[in-house]
Amino acid sequence: MKQFLIFVRKEFAHVLRDRKTLLILFGLPVVLIIIFGFALTNEIKNTKIIIVDYAKDLATQKLINKIESSPYFELEKSIRSHQEIEAAFREGKIKLAVVFPANFNTDLAHLHQAQLQIIADASDPNTANTLTNYLTMIVLDYQAELMQANQVPYRIIPETRMLYNPQLKGAPNFVPGVMALVLMLVCVMMTSISIVKEKELGTMEILLVSPFRPILVILAKAVPYLLLSLLNVITILLLSVFVLGLPIKGSILLLFAESTLFIITSLALGLLISVRTESQQTAMLISLMGMLLPTILFSGFMFPIENMPLPLQLISNVVPSKWYYQIVKAVMIKGLGFSAIWQETLILAGITIFLILVSLKNFKIRLA
Amino acid sequence: MRTLLFLLEKEFRQIFRNRTLLAIIIAVPVVQLLILPLAANYEVKNIAIALVDQDHSSYSQKLVSRITASGYFRLAGYNRSYKEAYQLIESDQADLVLEIPAGFERNLIRENQQELFLAVNAINGVKANLGGVYLSKIITDYNSDIRLQWLQPSRYNPIPLIEITSSNWFNPYLNYQLFMVPGILAMLVTMISGYLSALNIVKEKEVGTIEQINVTPIKKHHFILGKLIPFWILGFVTFTLGLLVAWLVYGITPAGNIGLLYAFLALYLLAVLGFGLLISTYSDTQQQAMFVAFFFIIIFALMGGLFTPIDSMPEWARAVVRFNPLSYFIDVMRMVVLRGSGFKDIQYHLGIIALFAVILNGWAMLNYKKTT
Repeated sequence: MKQFLIFVRKEFAHVLRDRKTLLILFGLPVVLIIIFGFALTNEIKNTKIIIVDYAKDLATQKLINKIESSPYFELEKSIRSHQEIEAAFREGKIKLAVVFPANFNTDLAHLHQAQLQIIADASDPNTANTLTNYLTMIVLDYQAELMQANQVPYRIIPETRMLYNPQLKGAPNFVPGVMALVLMLVCVMMTSISIVKEKELGTMEILLVSPFRPILVILAKAVPYLLLSLLNVITILLLSVFVLGLPIKGSILLLFAESTLFIITSLALGLLISVRTESQQTAMLISLMGMLLPTILFSGFMFPIENMPLPLQLISNVVPSKWYYQIVKAVMIKGLGFSAIWQETLILAGITIFLILVSLKNFKIRLA
Repeated sequence: MRTLLFLLEKEFRQIFRNRTLLAIIIAVPVVQLLILPLAANYEVKNIAIALVDQDHSSYSQKLVSRITASGYFRLAGYNRSYKEAYQLIESDQADLVLEIPAGFERNLIRENQQELFLAVNAINGVKANLGGVYLSKIITDYNSDIRLQWLQPSRYNPIPLIEITSSNWFNPYLNYQLFMVPGILAMLVTMISGYLSALNIVKEKEVGTIEQINVTPIKKHHFILGKLIPFWILGFVTFTLGLLVAWLVYGITPAGNIGLLYAFLALYLLAVLGFGLLISTYSDTQQQAMFVAFFFIIIFALMGGLFTPIDSMPEWARAVVRFNPLSYFIDVMRMVVLRGSGFKDIQYHLGIIALFAVILNGWAMLNYKKTT
């Protein structure tokens, strides 16, 4: 035991000595929370649009005012003719154009029917779709106002309630994702690199010929990263509560227990990579390309899994961060208890045991 | 000049000797381009809806069949009470609940208006919002049909109606891959060139071979150029491979001039490689270089407009984006590949990237010291 503690101290010295890496390890969650919390949003705001108004009458003026006052759109300029639309799109700033034909108001008032055209730059189909929908809603809204004046019968009024996240903020969706991402990064990359580094520099041989049991050498390497990761979990939770104003609805104890389980899973993964690779560069690139991208892709926090083709959906089941992400979301945002997440926990535990067994089987105490 | 050629020979040998590295340079972009565009799909469809129909009238049934036939919604459950349906939301099996209260049909006809209750799981704000918008549109449509049934058809529309036609330019079939593939390719080229160049000089430091170079009469700029050129060429290889995949797998060919893309790439690679080398000169170990490079590249990727639109960002974030080289590359890729923009449209981007290249490489050269 005493020997083990000495080894842990050695590993801590290694970690603490490298100030730049340490700074990144603690800076990364802070920066990610700030970026995700304040900079990144799929909400559409301040989109620049142009309006071609051939009518220039009361109705179009009212509609334009309505469009301008919505938070989604920002009127870049009014142009005279629709021929200028394409050039404006090519410059790349404008995403949408609205064309009002001549006599808009007269048609609306007398024929009870008027037309307007929306042209979207669909190079980004999603934004185009959303923008068209928003603009349609504004027009429908205006139409409803006209209707109210005319007393329309048989009205169905949908009453919508947004559960869990009434202000439709992005935070509840990504905070669990950032947790999975950071833990994955710290545990997988750091452990695999630190073990392979000993191999590369030749110090592994010294450790292996010492009377200390080889498996304990590896365990001692994992301890500092386990603690660092828990510190990272605390940082992220503090930031999300105090900076993003996202309360933890469920049990904190349960959240920490599940996080510890996930950290152990990631450490096991790092261990597996390190026993299979010989150079730091390879270990880094494998953990980066092989672990981080799947975490971003398949955990479901950036892209909905149910939209993916079936083979990818099946692959997502073996990505541990997917399960961890679902657990954190259930405990932290929905405030559910263990009974709601026991299945996910069981799967995560199963993956962990599998990873540990495989890496132990591959662990060689003799070097070539 | 001769010194440079010898240095280049050395660098190329080192790269070709390392098989794993070569495999990564070639396989990673291809695999990523095959998987990423399929996975990175924001299209909102298959919204799981739980229905609570307490009316069981022909009206409520018609509304239900309209919703399920729209293509956006997938029926997750047909429940007897809201409580039952709410459990589906809790267990993530449903995204939203629509409750049609008892007396829906009767009230609508007799009292001229009737409420419907909608509860949306809003953890994913975008999905919730769009799901809500789609559903309201279906309900509005359904509503006007009912009105048509009950009102006397007259010569004019009884109520003022604005007809909206919408068209989608540059990508009429709303193909999401057309949008994602060029951006992802830009990100992959940046990642690979950035990491490799960041790891390069520092490896010589860690292994100790840099001392041997330092005692030779090799000039600083020769050394930096020798490190830069091989990765510059590799960047071209990666990019070309990516374009081939985009063409063969996704059928995407640039609408604009392909030469213009390569011209921009040539400048852009200089900037990214300069950035990598700069990190390398500041780091002591490969681990450190890797983490610093990763730190910046993930920020570049997240704030590059690849996954979320830059326009939606707040003022300060848009100011930060101006210092993000990747955002210019993604922008240019989308402009040239999708919209067929020409030299005049991207000259601003070219100028900025040239500035990045000069500053970053100059800085790296100044910071590389031949003495320790």
